[in-house]
Amino acid sequence: MAAGQAYSEEKGGSSSLGEPEYGHDPASGGIFSSDYKRHDDLKEMLDSNKDSLKLEAMKRIVAMIARGKNASDLFPAVVKNVACKNIEVKKLVYVYLVRYAEEQQDLALLSISTFQRGLKDPNQLIRASALRVLSSIRVPIIVPIMMLAIKEAASDMSPYVRKTAAHAIPKLYSLDSDQKDQLIEVIEKLLADKTTLVAGSVVMAFEEVCPERIDLIHKNYRKLCNLLIDVEEWGQVVIINMLTRYARTQFLSPNQNESLLEDSAEKAFYGSDEEDTKDDKAEATSLVKRKPYVMDPDHRLLLRNTKPLLQSRNAAVVMAVAQLYFHLAPKAEVGVIAKALVRLLRSHSEVQYVVLQNVATMSIKRRGMFEPYLKSFYIRSTDPTQIKILKLEVLTNLANETNISTILREFQTYIRSMDKDFVAATIQAIGRCATNIGKVRDTCLNGLVQLLSNRDELVVAESVVVIKKLLQMQPAQHSEIIKHMAKLTDNIQVPMARASILWLIGEYCEHVPKIAPDVLRKMAKSFTNEEDIVKLQVINLAAKLYLTNSKQSKLLTQYVLNLAKYDQNYDIRDRARFIRQLIVPTEKSGALNKYAKKLFLAQKPAPILESSFKDRDHFQLGSLSHLLNAKAVGYQELPDWPDEAPDPSVPEWTKCTSREKRKEKVEKPFYSDSEGESGPTESADSEPESVSEESETSSSEGSSSSGSEEEEEGSGDQSEDKEEEEKRKKKKEKEAPRKASLESAGSPSEEEEEEGVKKGKKKKQQQERKGCGETSSEEASASESSSSESDSGSEAQESPAEVETKRRKAPASTKPSPRATTAGPKEISLLDLDDFTPPPPQPVPSSNIVSSSLVTDLEGLTLTDTSLAPALLSPVFGSVRTYELLHRMTGEGLSVEYCFSRRPFPHDPHMVAVQIQISNNTDAEVKSLRISEPKPLSGMRIQEFPEIESLAPGDTASVVMGIDFCDSTQAANFQLCTHTRHFYVSIQPPVGELMAPVFMSENEFKKEQEHLSRLGEGKLTGMSEITEKLTLPEKCRSDHAIVQQVTSAANVGRVPCGADNEYRFAAKTVTSGSLVLITLEKREGAAAQLTVNSEKMVIGTMLVKDIVQALVQ
Amino acid sequence: MIHSLFLINASGDIFLEKHWKSVVSRSVCDYFFEAQERASEAENVPPVIPTPHHYLLSVYRHKIFFVAVIQTEVPPLFVIEFLHRVVDTFQDYFGVCSEVMIKDNVVVVYEVLEEMLDNGFPLATESNILKELIKPPTILRTVVNTITGSTNVGDQLPTGQLSVVPWRRTGVKYTNNEAYFDVIEEIDAIIDKSGSTITAEIQGVIDACVKLTGMPDLTLSFMNPRLLDDVSFHPCVRFKRWESERILSFIPPDGNFRLLSYHVSAQNLVAIPVYVKHNISFRDGSSLGRFEITVGPKQTMGKTIEGVMVASQMPKGVLNMSLTPSQGTHIFDPVTKLLSWDVGKINPQKLPSLKGTMSLQAGASKPDENPTINLQFKIQQLAISGLKVNRLDMYGEKYKPFKGIKYMTKAGKFQVRT
Repeated sequence: MAAGQAYSEEKGGSSSLGEPEYGHDPASGGIFSSDYKRHDDLKEMLDSNKDSLKLEAMKRIVAMIARGKNASDLFPAVVKNVACKNIEVKKLVYVYLVRYAEEQQDLALLSISTFQRGLKDPNQLIRASALRVLSSIRVPIIVPIMMLAIKEAASDMSPYVRKTAAHAIPKLYSLDSDQKDQLIEVIEKLLADKTTLVAGSVVMAFEEVCPERIDLIHKNYRKLCNLLIDVEEWGQVVIINMLTRYARTQFLSPNQNESLLEDSAEKAFYGSDEEDTKDDKAEATSLVKRKPYVMDPDHRLLLRNTKPLLQSRNAAVVMAVAQLYFHLAPKAEVGVIAKALVRLLRSHSEVQYVVLQNVATMSIKRRGMFEPYLKSFYIRSTDPTQIKILKLEVLTNLANETNISTILREFQTYIRSMDKDFVAATIQAIGRCATNIGKVRDTCLNGLVQLLSNRDELVVAESVVVIKKLLQMQPAQHSEIIKHMAKLTDNIQVPMARASILWLIGEYCEHVPKIAPDVLRKMAKSFTNEEDIVKLQVINLAAKLYLTNSKQSKLLTQYVLNLAKYDQNYDIRDRARFIRQLIVPTEKSGALNKYAKKLFLAQKPAPILESSFKDRDHFQLGSLSHLLNAKAVGYQELPDWPDEAPDPSVPEWTKCTSREKRKEKVEKPFYSDSEGESGPTESADSEPESVSEESETSSSEGSSSSGSEEEEEGSGDQSEDKEEEEKRKKKKEKEAPRKASLESAGSPSEEEEEEGVKKGKKKKQQQERKGCGETSSEEASASESSSSESDSGSEAQESPAEVETKRRKAPASTKPSPRATTAGPKEISLLDLDDFTPPPPQPVPSSNIVSSSLVTDLEGLTLTDTSLAPALLSPVFGSVRTYELLHRMTGEGLSVEYCFSRRPFPHDPHMVAVQIQISNNTDAEVKSLRISEPKPLSGMRIQEFPEIESLAPGDTASVVMGIDFCDSTQAANFQLCTHTRHFYVSIQPPVGELMAPVFMSENEFKKEQEHLSRLGEGKLTGMSEITEKLTLPEKCRSDHAIVQQVTSAANVGRVPCGADNEYRFAAKTVTSGSLVLITLEKREGAAAQLTVNSEKMVIGTMLVKDIVQALVQ
Repeated sequence: MIHSLFLINASGDIFLEKHWKSVVSRSVCDYFFEAQERASEAENVPPVIPTPHHYLLSVYRHKIFFVAVIQTEVPPLFVIEFLHRVVDTFQDYFGVCSEVMIKDNVVVVYEVLEEMLDNGFPLATESNILKELIKPPTILRTVVNTITGSTNVGDQLPTGQLSVVPWRRTGVKYTNNEAYFDVIEEIDAIIDKSGSTITAEIQGVIDACVKLTGMPDLTLSFMNPRLLDDVSFHPCVRFKRWESERILSFIPPDGNFRLLSYHVSAQNLVAIPVYVKHNISFRDGSSLGRFEITVGPKQTMGKTIEGVMVASQMPKGVLNMSLTPSQGTHIFDPVTKLLSWDVGKINPQKLPSLKGTMSLQAGASKPDENPTINLQFKIQQLAISGLKVNRLDMYGEKYKPFKGIKYMTKAGKFQVRT
């Protein structure tokens, strides 16, 4: 390897002989070699006072670096000049420094102070350049300095400096990944930046540092969409790719209504052109059946704002938009990208190569898209082979009944090409066309047979292989061809082709009964000289002939098997042994012998010739991974569409401010003309080009209102007030719980603005508006301090921390944790309750329930699923016990408590809802709190709470998770993770929490009790009834006290009871739903008897213990 | 993103390396050399080569491989497009992009590369900004620099990066204000044996050379903008304006740039300005073949066809050719089997032709394939699609610029199958 030699030579420091020196330009320093003497000379020059000498020296050094020569020994001399006045010397010193600092860490530190000074320079360009060099020096010791510099620069007045800060983030991250959390903070801040200069760079940083933190994008989504067209082209690529991923998680599939059709479309893959129209019709019918799809306006915004970029001169941008459309756009709209992609085929061959790879994948899924451009994929003799083969792939994918004749005519020309690899690929392509389009199968086959007489052996061989595959589809009709091919064995030497012929003859030996033994005879003669694959097929042929025509071929077969027995290749020896045992009947041979014929001559399915590009689209198109068809390092999986719209409370709410902002004037980009502003707020159906869209929306309007209400985010409204809720309750709709929760979760929408808003709502909204006002005014002057910018931005941020602070501002009754949410009119809570699972008639004063509208207020603020809570805010007890999950000390400042809220867990009725309250007692923000790696015991299931993005110091967040304990008191173990730490925690439920109250009458209770005790008698008494005598203490003799004690010990509902001295409670276990009946009979004095009836003995026993303890205490 | 860049010449020497992150040993290029060896020709080297720890993405231009090393997922076109941009920049800086030129200006090259990427992410790729940062070398400047010791690094700070119009620097001054636009159309066609057109399309570009003082705002309108089917713009063009009015409105970059490239809609039949009559035949058993080509004008709208070049890759069996052209010169390279004939202008009265015999390998059977003929030509003062610029207006500045529009039609990938 020439270069390798050159390299080692240079490393050795000897002046290489043959290589010309860079001596022609006086600027680059004349003739020099990497002599050490020369280096002394350079050192002298660097030490001199004259800038011109220094410059000369630096130029020579840089030339050395450029050639890959080692100049590290000059480090001390060079680094002295870092503060040189001459700008070019300085720049070259920077180049040197960045290159060698990693090797000479200690000396590199000498230069740091210069950059630190530069960071404070009044000139923004000097600040930026200082940061750029500082962050490029890969010396771990200066990480804190870099961090500080980045943080400072991120709030610099100049957007250029901020851009540089964004660039510096991945540098620091690669140097020290422990800085991730701090860097994420900076990224979050810079993401809120509104200048186009910063946008691309910070998204780049985001992608390198924390691509998984998709939540950071929510509040910037619309801004990014709107800025996109003015961002520089490289940034556009990065942003578009990121937004593709984002949109896949946030929106519903625009083709979901067609997913049913997908299969049929797939089948009609090579069908006619009418496919599209069929689709449309079918779409219309499916719309009736299915829930109508309405495109999220934000989804539409993305599609609309990226479309003009198809016109970019930058191929990478065009490709990025194309893949975005392919992955995100409704089928009907994807077509627009074809034209642009075809345009790219005019570009350099490397660009063609990449584009064609992607077109090949797309053309499998969406054939119709490229059909009009069929001729653009015609192959020129001047194309490089790799391009030719890709074009061939596309042409084959595009072939259908209408265009096949043209395509085949083209293929005929290609077969005569001088490029043999290409000819072979063409023959393969013909084979694929023939299998896919039945109409032309015979034509193709004939053509291929003609090729068998081609002079080029490669062509013949390839044809044989393809013919073999084709014949397998309908062998009966083609015995002529098989005969013809049998003759070829004399001439063809390519092993693969010989093997194919032999296989064919063996497989269809009944079609060529005369020739086959003859072929075997010839092959037996030449057996020893054949290649391995041919030998294997000879053995196969022999075996098959032996089975069908043993008279003629018995001896031959024996002979071949004997030859094979002593072959060098163990595969062949193996095969021979195996076949001999199988086909030649001996005394020892087993039962398989009888089936030998079935084994060998079973009907074999014809091979399916399919594109190697099939299913490649699970990789994001345009990505390196797609090109290589293998996951590249750092590839971010393209998520599947969510089945359900992601909790609208998350993105919608957070997007709200930016939506309002949209109405205000968007920062006027350079391009935009007056009409530019009209765009963004239009909803999906106002898009002129999407006719199908329109029909969809209109049909949705006709459909049930509940459905559309759920779909349209606009209807989700947290301003829902009391009266409305009451009305709703009267309707007693079954869907009410879900809907109510959706409404409460939804964002404050236009509707809200129109309506008069009540209570704390109003205040909050005002704040929000103010926030928007601030942001918009700031847009005008991007140079304003960005710290205030981020503040105002954070008004919209949904990090729980902010929510907390906001809550504090809200009226006094609204307090952070739902547990603490107290005081409110009783009837409202009851109204709420009516709609769900039968609530137990709790005698407990419901003084701890907030007015529902307030609750909805609050819940609207949170990010998490607790937004569902208000609807489910059923029996909340004053006396709910909290347990500690994580102590403040062990949790390093993070303390976590949990309690059993006794609400039905919304996602799964078999789960126990566990309310978790997390307080951050540290002085730093805690981020990405989540559960990971739940390791439940068998059968146990854990529904994790949604990740908490961040928790500001001193704040508390509460979330709900569900655990299915399987009716056992075994602890559920899992890890609680923050961005930095993992804590192993476990939740052990008291037995009383494993059940949910049941509402029943006295008679029902008695019946059930009887039933249970009888059940017990069948087996053993005591199996289902546990009785315990106890003495009630003084303070616990009143009705009220008893009921309270029992209900607090277990989640049971009281059953009305005629007798004074009896208390009855009923519940069902959460998982299995088996009844638990409790009877407490007060006897004379303080004595009492507690009876628990339950199928589950363990639960019964434990429950008795718990209740007794509760009462006796 | 982009880790390192290696420039490799035709003989496989790495003559320049640049690293934007930590240093990647140049031994990584061994994988590239392997792939190069496997591919018969330079253009068949796969643009993306995976290696155990890196991915090598390369472009091949001007007989130089530009090999970028990347480590993580990045859109391949992103890197390829960037590499092409690097080549374009070098061309812009030095006139030609060749190994010698790069070696001669290694310091400038290095400085430019340093500015183009930061940590592997493109920073400044607009040649205007770059030229502000690092002045391109001119003979005069080189002389002055050697005498005075001054530098090519711009001493004023690059303000272009900060402006809303990053492609244009401020404070441009010219004594002669002029704006020239070249409308250049290329015909891509495949003509089959019988002379009928299999596929033909027109691709066009408008290249501009604008030397105007200050911040002019130009609008360019067409007589028949409907012709343009698919367009791509220089970032300076206001897209909205085009969408609504089909007018090109832009603040031009200073100097040469490509304003627009377009595709003429496929509905319009493409006029093919030349025809080729050919008679190439091999006879079985004979070691001689006949070869005859005549080129003639077809639909030229009365313009003359110039710069005609005929090139054809002959089959391997052809040993030599003895041909006589009626005009121009021809060369047959017996090693590469490439026949090229520089025809020059076509005189409709006396059609140029090339006649003669081919000598084939004795005893070998006749080749299956006939060679394809690649054609080059130029037609001045004609845009074959019929595209016409209506007017060019300037706003924002007081002076009257000198304006000029030139049309030209060229052969793109024009192929005749025989």
